[in-house]
Amino acid sequence: MTTVWVPADSSARAVGADEVAAALAEVEGVTVRRNGTRGMLWREPLVEVETDRGRVGYASVAADGIPALLEAGMLSGADHETCIGVVDEDPWLTAQDRVSLVRIGLAEPTDIRAYEAQGGWAGLRRALDTDPTDVVEEVVTSGLRGRGGAGFPTGVKWRTVLQARQGGAEQAFVCCNLDEGDSGTFADRILAEADPFTLLEGMTIAAVTVGATEGYIYCRSEYPDAIARLRDAIAVATEHGYLGDDVAGSGRAFRLQVRVGAGAYICGEETSMLESLEGRRGEVRAKPPIPALRGLWDSPTVVNNLLSFAAIPMILADGGETYAARGVGRSRGTQIFQLAGNIARGGVFEAPLGITLRELVEDIGGGTRTGRPVRAVQVGGPLGAYLPADRLDVPMGYEELAEAGGMLGHGGLVVFDDTVDMARMARFAMEFCSVESCGKCTPCRIGSTRGVETIDRITSTPAGAEGRDQLFVLLEDLCATMTTGSLCAMGGLTPVPVRSALTHFPEDFGGSPR
Amino acid sequence: MARAGRQQTEALTPRSARGESVRVIAQRYARERGPLLEILHAVQAEHGHIADEDVAEIADVLNLSVAEVHGTVSFYHDFRRSPAADHEVQICRAEACQAVGAADLWAATEQHFAHREDVEVREVFCFGNCALGPSASIDGRLRGHVTIDDIATAESGWSR
Ligand SMILES: Cc1cc2nc3c(=O)[nH]c(=O)nc-3n(C[C@H](O)[C@H](O)[C@H](O)COP(=O)(O)O)c2cc1C
Ligand code: SF4
Ligand code: FES
Repeated sequence: MTTVWVPADSSARAVGADEVAAALAEVEGVTVRRNGTRGMLWREPLVEVETDRGRVGYASVAADGIPALLEAGMLSGADHETCIGVVDEDPWLTAQDRVSLVRIGLAEPTDIRAYEAQGGWAGLRRALDTDPTDVVEEVVTSGLRGRGGAGFPTGVKWRTVLQARQGGAEQAFVCCNLDEGDSGTFADRILAEADPFTLLEGMTIAAVTVGATEGYIYCRSEYPDAIARLRDAIAVATEHGYLGDDVAGSGRAFRLQVRVGAGAYICGEETSMLESLEGRRGEVRAKPPIPALRGLWDSPTVVNNLLSFAAIPMILADGGETYAARGVGRSRGTQIFQLAGNIARGGVFEAPLGITLRELVEDIGGGTRTGRPVRAVQVGGPLGAYLPADRLDVPMGYEELAEAGGMLGHGGLVVFDDTVDMARMARFAMEFCSVESCGKCTPCRIGSTRGVETIDRITSTPAGAEGRDQLFVLLEDLCATMTTGSLCAMGGLTPVPVRSALTHFPEDFGGSPR
Repeated sequence: MARAGRQQTEALTPRSARGESVRVIAQRYARERGPLLEILHAVQAEHGHIADEDVAEIADVLNLSVAEVHGTVSFYHDFRRSPAADHEVQICRAEACQAVGAADLWAATEQHFAHREDVEVREVFCFGNCALGPSASIDGRLRGHVTIDDIATAESGWSR
């Protein structure tokens, strides 16, 4: 029997992995197993054959191409134009520093024995044997900052919740933000689908540390595979005693459930997410009080992005200093960069913070998929700046990007070639805000609609026509009002992509007066 | 927030089969914390959409006002207030897909189905498939590298 692995990742499935798996299952002598993705999405479906040399990969396999591959000797790992050799030795993988992604694609995602064999639960065991205050300090030492966008130190957040609990709060909750609404981001999804136990372990460490007995994973409805995978993983972990009434024999309880969003980008904002979890409209709450003090049902609540939780098991197992040894400036550890849009080699690339945008886009990503010159890269999601091709030398760190007018956000990079119309992208930023605004504040709700209209008037008014310059003044006024008058970053940061388009690509607006 | 008391309708009007089913679904989740979204998803999965009568049933079971439940239903893009079309084609219009032609795909898809009332074309902002765009979901099945020809091919596989 030859074992052949075909990813069950939803991106792999979107380009035919299920059909490939079904076709291979028909072949005599073949056992098909379904792993998560290795993260090299441009090679999906990436089929791996177990051989004496290791797992040999065949890229972009189509169901109707399988007879030819078999003919060429695929089942013994023979060479072929689509063969990438032993997958573990692939330079795109070996160039990474995988901390959180270390297990993706290796096994069946809910194979808990494989998870244990690969070092799983070591972080949880250490946390259970350690005083909660020391666990928190370990996370502080790691320098880990929230990977959901705002970059707030995770250890400090946990310390606040722990202190509230020690100060008499009856209950605390732990919530994972798996709303991942930013275009160009999919690291949360990949990890949830490929290695769900890492998230469960990170959340459980948080729970036993702050004394929470209940937790929620708030997952966007656009991720049905992740939802199903996580529910399976929770059932398996509960059955094996890692979740439930007695976590790993510690006598402490932690019950976890998945809750599903309903197609609202704003529910990724943490207070909106809490409203949604409580069953209401996802309207943003004013802060203070911060969720760490008054979150779900007014109890102290840890809210972290999935990637923040996914860094925790290693931080506990290997020590905060080991994590902090990586990085640049005040940006410590690794980041899972997501290479997206018009890019030749799209996927997830985990590297220490500080790698430059140019390395990611050109060396690792291989430039555009269309082969045309890169013109712009949007970094950090729909509220992030568009950086022009001559500004890609910026190191990927929180402060470093801020200095260049950008933000790290959730680590997504969206590449555009020279056919992009930046006035259209600026208009889209305003349109997206108008569609996804929670409606609580006027500058965001109305300002974004006015922004769309104003950009339309600019692009439909001939250059040099009377009144055209005033339209730019009006647009700038709108941006200023949104920036200062919005309750949250949805309205507050929508002007960032708009202004960056105006600043770096004025020619696309028919020439701006500046 | 004002909350209506339990409506005293139980003995007066016989409940429809749908009403009965919605009640059973709502009761299944009613003991959980913050169950409303769970209930709405389950009702929509079972009945295709969330009708006004469903809102009233759910409000009654959860002891919330109709306005409160209605407010939640109307906030979220996923919840539909009227029955779905036979087929649903969702096109991602977000930035990473736009970088590889999603705007044209969206326009072409809208035009392609303009004459078919049994097909709903919807915009979606990101499926998390942003390295293999343009992305679309055809009757719930996600696809990458989508062209208008792929959509026409999928359509030809539908039994009319
Ligand atoms: C409009 C908006 C959308 C957001 N979307 C997400 C999201 O999808 N996922 C996420 O983890 N954080 C998102 N955030 C950030 C959260 O508010 C919050 O900072 C984060 O969940 C905290 O976790 P972290 O400290 O681990 O990053 C969003 C914020 C805003 C303002
Ligand atoms: S800025 Fe927009 S999304 Fe944020 S609270 Fe105000 S209206 Fe809601
Ligand atoms: S932007 Fe289209 S799938 Fe993410």
